[in-house]
Amino acid sequence: MHKTTFATLVAAPALALGLGACTSSPGSADYDRITAEVVKASFQDRGIAKVDRLVQDEANRLCSAADVAGQPIDEKTAAAIQEAAMKTIKWPSDGKFLGDWKEGEKIAQSGRGLTWSDNDKTVNGGNCYNCHQISKEEISFGTIGTSLYNYGKLRGVANPDSPEAKPIIEYTWGKLWNARAYSACSQMPRVGHHGILNEQQLKHVMALLLDPQSPVNK
Amino acid sequence: MKRHLLALTAVGAVLAQGQAWAQDATAEGIAKYREMLEDGNPAELFEMKGEELWAQKRGPKNATLEQCDLGLGPGVLKGAFVQMPRYFKDTGRVQDLESRLLTCMETLQGFNAEEIRKTPFRRGEMANLTALATYVAAQSKGMRFNLPNATEQEKTMYEVGKRLFFMRGGPHDFSCATCHGQAGKRIRLQDLPELTKNPGDGIGFAAWPAYRVSNAQMWGMQHRLNDCYRQQRFPEPKFGSDATIALGVYMGVNAKGAKSIVPAIKR
Repeated sequence: MHKTTFATLVAAPALALGLGACTSSPGSADYDRITAEVVKASFQDRGIAKVDRLVQDEANRLCSAADVAGQPIDEKTAAAIQEAAMKTIKWPSDGKFLGDWKEGEKIAQSGRGLTWSDNDKTVNGGNCYNCHQISKEEISFGTIGTSLYNYGKLRGVANPDSPEAKPIIEYTWGKLWNARAYSACSQMPRVGHHGILNEQQLKHVMALLLDPQSPVNK
Repeated sequence: MKRHLLALTAVGAVLAQGQAWAQDATAEGIAKYREMLEDGNPAELFEMKGEELWAQKRGPKNATLEQCDLGLGPGVLKGAFVQMPRYFKDTGRVQDLESRLLTCMETLQGFNAEEIRKTPFRRGEMANLTALATYVAAQSKGMRFNLPNATEQEKTMYEVGKRLFFMRGGPHDFSCATCHGQAGKRIRLQDLPELTKNPGDGIGFAAWPAYRVSNAQMWGMQHRLNDCYRQQRFPEPKFGSDATIALGVYMGVNAKGAKSIVPAIKR
């Protein structure tokens, strides 16, 4: 009795189906299909983290497939992903790009939000220090992303409101909003596009990176 | 019993110090702390508990686990862990150590596997399962990983595991590979093992069950994967689900040749 229950609930129906259907060795498409079935059967909603998060958008699907193949994504596909991502960028509603770098530092420090142990009232952090060096004072930084120390200074941003600074200001906003607009399979979360940070929070992070008064640019 | 209490007291004292260490979590601090614990890894307490549970008549059938077949024949423990996950004919599934132990608890002892699977980690029979896994895994300490990966089922699980490893999703677009796809990277100060090859997998996959210094908890691989997916912002993987097993096969096969250091001490 127990055994039946166990088999029904846990034995891989995916595997049984996948392998039963063909006698010869399965190919890549079969593995993709079996993987989709395994994913569907293996996860459950917990707190705010629902199973709908497993549905990949086109960019994630294509980048994951390239990763599995161990190949960089082909140029044409990359261009299409970037073009589509570029269209998602929402520019600041009031035309102002920079907020308060002190608030930006707090957001960069925080890795909270959107896990199943958070709730819908949790204020999301930017997770920035998890992967990037940013200010010199914070020595506990990750190395998956590039160093952002002196980000504005190195790019010659002396006055963020000046016309000369405009391209780098806009690029930085766009990169934070949807990193795939500039690099098709970037590892960086699409912070604005996925609503991880709101517009005001993004402005604060922008200030941390670009305000000449920010410790990042000292 | 007295021996256990003494050991626990000693561990408690070390842990009080351990929490202070963990806060500034530098690699050097952790290395020193590991060294300090070399002769008294708290994981040994869980190993001892697992040893007792293995030979104890328990469950509705009042039976021991001594006839449990972990792939090398009933009751054979040495070397079993470093060949798992593997395919088991009787269940028709590829199973990791924890899900296989659960099968034995069900078939030999009469426990309700479905109920245990739904029990939170570190509670009730789930805590016992972690202790059992620690005990069994420790019997292969120093042996090299060598998963059979021979049957069609195992090979399929490897391919599925590979696809899961690179599957980007959730609000942050993270995959396992975001953190564990390259060598020499870290999150904050925490070094990240590259899990696509050895030696990375020798530090990552080949180290669980492990005692976690930062929260003073014993975690099996199922718990480790569960918390990875939490931080990845994915929904929760069910205990022993095929996704977790497939990842185990992928990492386990990639760990070929790595020496098992289980039970390890982790951050």
